[in-house]
Amino acid sequence: MRPRDWEPGQIVRPYGDRRDDGVVQLSFVLPVPPGERAREAAAELARKMGMDQVHVASMEPAAEQYTFFVVYGRTSVSVDYAALSVPEVVVRKKGFDELNEYALREVGRRMVVIGACTGSDAHAVGIDAIMNMKGFAGDYGLERYACFEAANLGAQVENAQLARVCKEREADAVLVSQVVTQRDVHKENARQLLRELERLGIRGRVTAILGGPRIDHRLAVELGYDAGFGPGTRPSEVANFIVGAVLKRMGKEMH
Amino acid sequence: MLLPDGRQVPDLPLDRAVVDRCRALADQVTAQVLEFVGRHSTVSIERTVLRLYGLHDAGPRGVPLVNLAVDALHEKRLLGRGAAYWMGYALRRGATDPMGVVERLVALPSSPEPLPEAEERAMLEEMRREARANVDELRARVRRRDALRDELGVGPRPHKYLIVATGNIHDDVEQALAAAQSGADVIAVIRSTAQSLLDYVPHGATTEGYGGTYATQENFRIMREALDDESRRLRRYVHLTNYSSGLCMPEIAFAAAWERLDMLLNDAMYGILFRDINMKRTLCDQYFSRRICALADVVINTGEDNYITTADADEAAHTVIASQFVNESFAHRAGLPDRLIGLGHSFEIDPAREDTVAREFAQALLVRTLFPEAPIKYMPPTKHKQGDIFFSHAYDVMADVVGYVTGQGIQLLGMMTEAMHNPFLMDRYVALKSADYVYRAWRSMGAEITFRPDGMVQRRAQETLREALALLEEVARDGLFRAIGKARFGDVAREEDGGKGLAGVLERGPRYFNPFLEIMEAR
Repeated sequence: MRPRDWEPGQIVRPYGDRRDDGVVQLSFVLPVPPGERAREAAAELARKMGMDQVHVASMEPAAEQYTFFVVYGRTSVSVDYAALSVPEVVVRKKGFDELNEYALREVGRRMVVIGACTGSDAHAVGIDAIMNMKGFAGDYGLERYACFEAANLGAQVENAQLARVCKEREADAVLVSQVVTQRDVHKENARQLLRELERLGIRGRVTAILGGPRIDHRLAVELGYDAGFGPGTRPSEVANFIVGAVLKRMGKEMH
Repeated sequence: MLLPDGRQVPDLPLDRAVVDRCRALADQVTAQVLEFVGRHSTVSIERTVLRLYGLHDAGPRGVPLVNLAVDALHEKRLLGRGAAYWMGYALRRGATDPMGVVERLVALPSSPEPLPEAEERAMLEEMRREARANVDELRARVRRRDALRDELGVGPRPHKYLIVATGNIHDDVEQALAAAQSGADVIAVIRSTAQSLLDYVPHGATTEGYGGTYATQENFRIMREALDDESRRLRRYVHLTNYSSGLCMPEIAFAAAWERLDMLLNDAMYGILFRDINMKRTLCDQYFSRRICALADVVINTGEDNYITTADADEAAHTVIASQFVNESFAHRAGLPDRLIGLGHSFEIDPAREDTVAREFAQALLVRTLFPEAPIKYMPPTKHKQGDIFFSHAYDVMADVVGYVTGQGIQLLGMMTEAMHNPFLMDRYVALKSADYVYRAWRSMGAEITFRPDGMVQRRAQETLREALALLEEVARDGLFRAIGKARFGDVAREEDGGKGLAGVLERGPRYFNPFLEIMEAR
């Protein structure tokens, strides 16, 4: 265990020029033209945030009806450092390079990941955001990872065909996106893929992941999947999950 | 070197023979592709033809009329004759309005009764006449745009290019006007996530989008009109740009041309590599969309900067140059003059290394020197951006300096909050203020600086050019399709018949009819 980097009862405050001076800097825009009233508004905002000795260091017109402020002040609040409750992180999420390097070393090969939007569903937006090179919100897609051999089969893929591809390519993971949820069509469709994987005798070898705007982990597990990811999921979260799952099947644990 | 717009940039001696050879090879590469393009059309090209004839509206449930019409023709395998032919046919058979045309096209049998020869001749002539009239109207709209630009004048080069991306076109307008007031020369409205993969153009004004705002003709109109008013107030013309890429490349080019946009991102290679769009589809679409840009004097921007967000920027520098030669040749073949070819590149070398500025200077100056008349678009760093906004800001300013001294045409201003969220109003303000400082402070340095012969900058530029030549030799030998299959660009491999949209590619029949293409190719 690492030596403790804090003392019991230790109180911390922001450090500007001297210990515990509480200095913080802040920048924001107010939708008003610059002027003495605007300056006072900025200072008052900072005071309401708990700052005192407020100094509006800069007030500039960012456009005709907008003013940009840089504000300094001192906060009187502090934090009891020792008393913070920090939950133990079970699986540390690894960054892009770190995950690639770690996975290639620990798994010893590239993992095959197949993605598709199945059944009648033509909404490939979700699967594309997770799989495509470009990724989503600045987070690279699985195609970009050296540790994955990722193939996106696109939209309206039949479950039987998807299962066949998983078998032929010895997939480690299959990602299924379901956007259309009218009359629960997604649930039956999602179950059907698992039945196909079982029929081919490969369900145990493939980590099955379900995603979509109306999907959550609980629903996915109920349907028989290994994991479910809802809206806003980043490709890196899925990538880390897959590596962890593949290692688990190998009897290893992801550190 | 003296640029055509009067700016002076440091000289970079290059081996003329190598440059000429690169251009000749690029022409070989594009000739092979154009041979394919000349024998094919796509559903999106045919939809664009119908839009050029004025079919703008959407039918019930918001499906654009052009999709209803073209899907029906494609299903019956009639599209090889050209959508223009069948539109003329429907008019001859009594259709009087757009909805009537669509209904008749949907109801066509799979082998429609031919028109009597004389009637068919008259119909084709009428469709040609109508096409000429519509092209004239489009040109008149473009002239109005150009007149306003000439009257008001534009900001100094490089033009400062700023992004808005709220998802709501009305909020975008507010942000765009604020950016214009603090000095933006070009406003880009980023599109909603994955619009490039939609095989139709959404209809009307939109207020919901993720990571950006849908590109629709109505959104284009709203933004351009707001910028027209603001330009008049500021007495400085503010340009507008959007994205003619993805599965609806030519339709967006049309909508943008009609609504008087000034620039468009337009690059098939981007769609192929980064959106997994089928290469045959998007190269056909690119040709027709570039023809429209040539007709409407729209500056295209190419996306080579993206290669070096995947591949290492230093190691892959030559792929940018090779691709620019290819893109230049594609643009020339679509009738675009150099002044409309905004080739793209970027400041992306890992800032943790040493001497990156020398190598960025080498690259930026090489691009500038190879394409002296093109309004080169220079992108700021993105790949190595992190949450430390203070460092990011310094990093962006470094890119501004290189862009300014090397005389780029369009400078996309980096955002200190890149990699965190869509730009805030204050992020744009701070970027503009610093860019203005760079422009003032470095004003004459382009003419003052001479790089040492045989020094680091010159040697690096010459080395990159030689590597680009070697890559072009390979691509000319293999063909562009196979070179992409071998991951020669951006470290991404794509298959000739893979990706999205191949089902929308069709062979032109022996009597393919597209009067707009006839007009544009004859110009």
